[in-house]
Amino acid sequence: MTRSRLPALLAWGVVLFLFAPLVVLVVNSFNASRFGGAWEGFTWGWYEKLWAAEEVWQSLWLTLRIAVSASLASMVMGTLAAYVLHRFRSWLQNVHQVLITLPLVMPDILMGMSLLALFVLSGIETGLLTIWIAHVTFCLSFVTMVVLGRLQDFDFTLLDAARDLGATRAQAVRKVLLPLLLPGVLAGGLLAFTLSVDDYVITFFVSGPGTTTLPLRVASMMRTSRSLPVINALSTLLIASTFVIAAVSSRLQRRA
Amino acid sequence: MDDFLVIDHISKSFGQQRAVDDVSLTVRQGEAFSLLGPSGCGKTTLLRMIAGFERPDSGRILVAGQDITTLPPEQRPVNTVFQNYALFPHLSVWENVAFGLRMSRRPREEIRSGVDRMLDLVRLSEHARKRPAQLSGGQRQRVAIARALVNRPQVLLLDEPLAALDLKLRQHMQMELNTIHEQVGTTFIYVTHDQGEAMSLSSRIAVLNSGRLEQVDSPASLYENPRSSFVASFIGDANFFTGVAQEFQHEGYVRVLIEGLGSPLVQSNGAVSSNQPLRLMVRPEKISLTLARPSSGERVNAFRGVVEDIAYFGSHTRYRIRAGEHCILAQLQRSRFSGGEIDPARGAEVWMSFHPDEGRVVRLEDAA
Repeated sequence: MTRSRLPALLAWGVVLFLFAPLVVLVVNSFNASRFGGAWEGFTWGWYEKLWAAEEVWQSLWLTLRIAVSASLASMVMGTLAAYVLHRFRSWLQNVHQVLITLPLVMPDILMGMSLLALFVLSGIETGLLTIWIAHVTFCLSFVTMVVLGRLQDFDFTLLDAARDLGATRAQAVRKVLLPLLLPGVLAGGLLAFTLSVDDYVITFFVSGPGTTTLPLRVASMMRTSRSLPVINALSTLLIASTFVIAAVSSRLQRRA
Repeated sequence: MDDFLVIDHISKSFGQQRAVDDVSLTVRQGEAFSLLGPSGCGKTTLLRMIAGFERPDSGRILVAGQDITTLPPEQRPVNTVFQNYALFPHLSVWENVAFGLRMSRRPREEIRSGVDRMLDLVRLSEHARKRPAQLSGGQRQRVAIARALVNRPQVLLLDEPLAALDLKLRQHMQMELNTIHEQVGTTFIYVTHDQGEAMSLSSRIAVLNSGRLEQVDSPASLYENPRSSFVASFIGDANFFTGVAQEFQHEGYVRVLIEGLGSPLVQSNGAVSSNQPLRLMVRPEKISLTLARPSSGERVNAFRGVVEDIAYFGSHTRYRIRAGEHCILAQLQRSRFSGGEIDPARGAEVWMSFHPDEGRVVRLEDAA
């Protein structure tokens, strides 16, 4: 029996299209050539330079602090929002639903500009706080959507069963609802984390002096060709960690 | 205790819909009791009010003399086996059963022995470490029962306990439920739409129809002496004839004029006045078929008809017989063939007969 080779060819074509740029980047991070045009031998040099580039690590530390705190906050708020959206229906809930979905479809540039306008208007100085607020704003939407999906599969008779067995309303939520929602909440949180780590456009508008997050730092380093290979090295490390996070996230979602 | 569980004039509406309409009944301690009715009759709402998930609009519910009408579900001495079992998927079988005891903060040792004993009772000890998803339907059912019974409830509610099981398993679980009920002696209240289930599981049945209580009786009484044509048709098969009470012959008997058929004599089943319109009910298996007019006494009611259809079921045979406007269902046991009865063919002219004690006068519903 002969099978068509077309599906396999297509699949490999897609993989190539998606990952070829990444491969080039990873390879170049070990390329002794500064401009990466041709292979000039293997080197760890760019990683050593990266290690010494203090401002990069400061930016990474800042980025991680923002990402962790923003995703934790949006996990709490998003779970509450999803529960309320699922359990109650009214015109106000429809407004709520639209508000939650809006950041998913709104162009980042619009969101960045409008947030900046808001901060300027209310006299809040741009900096760590404004970045955090902006990140929670869009992370919240993603967490809510993921948790909402979990809730749609949740059998609410389980809460009745818990009450029937002597649990108070709060105990039923703590012992039954939350453990069953947790994989969804965590998956949403990881999604929020990665989105927060690599956001450039919105952060660009709402950051202030001294709050250069990693994406902003990389973009500014791009202006000088001297540091291009260092960026390659940094990107390689980021790709590796992103893959790990994505794998964990999809495993969590599947288990739920 | 005759009035262990008391449902006292309970009503509940959802919007315009009267789900439960002034229902009162009492259940004895240790009894196996069924709430029976078609879907939408209010039986599930009644169950949810006993469990505490719905608050009645009016009326009271008492368990062992304690008014529980306004208690939240977690404070009631009542546990429920849910229709889809509602087992906690993130907990093992053992932890599912332990849930109630943990909530009431029992000592560790008591929880351990209580759960082990219950799993033993439902014969699931070797599955204690499994998750509910790894069990079969019948096993899940037994976990749900153990999870409820381990709390030693005063009343155990079972919502359509057999509906989710296939036929073979259903028959098995029916016997198993009876065994468990005998062993623990708790008051069991079943909610079901299946009359066979209700009759085989319980010693008394409350038949509900559109929120109202039709009749509360033992399975045999419901079958033999249904008080309404709804009960008569819901429990078993029945032939109905609408007619008018004619005259009184004996104490407790009445002759009913049925247009196009005749005027059979039947038990009057309570006060009947002359010329009162009423409905007569005869179960298919109470009707005998003969080729010649039966001569065994003048008190036998006999009518002529033509066999229209025959359905053979092995243990019995069903005949559809046409008599003018009327279409009558008769059911014969094969063993009765030798007793002078016939084995008629399609199109044959036959005599149908039944004894006055086999006919029942039932209430005319919504007699307008």
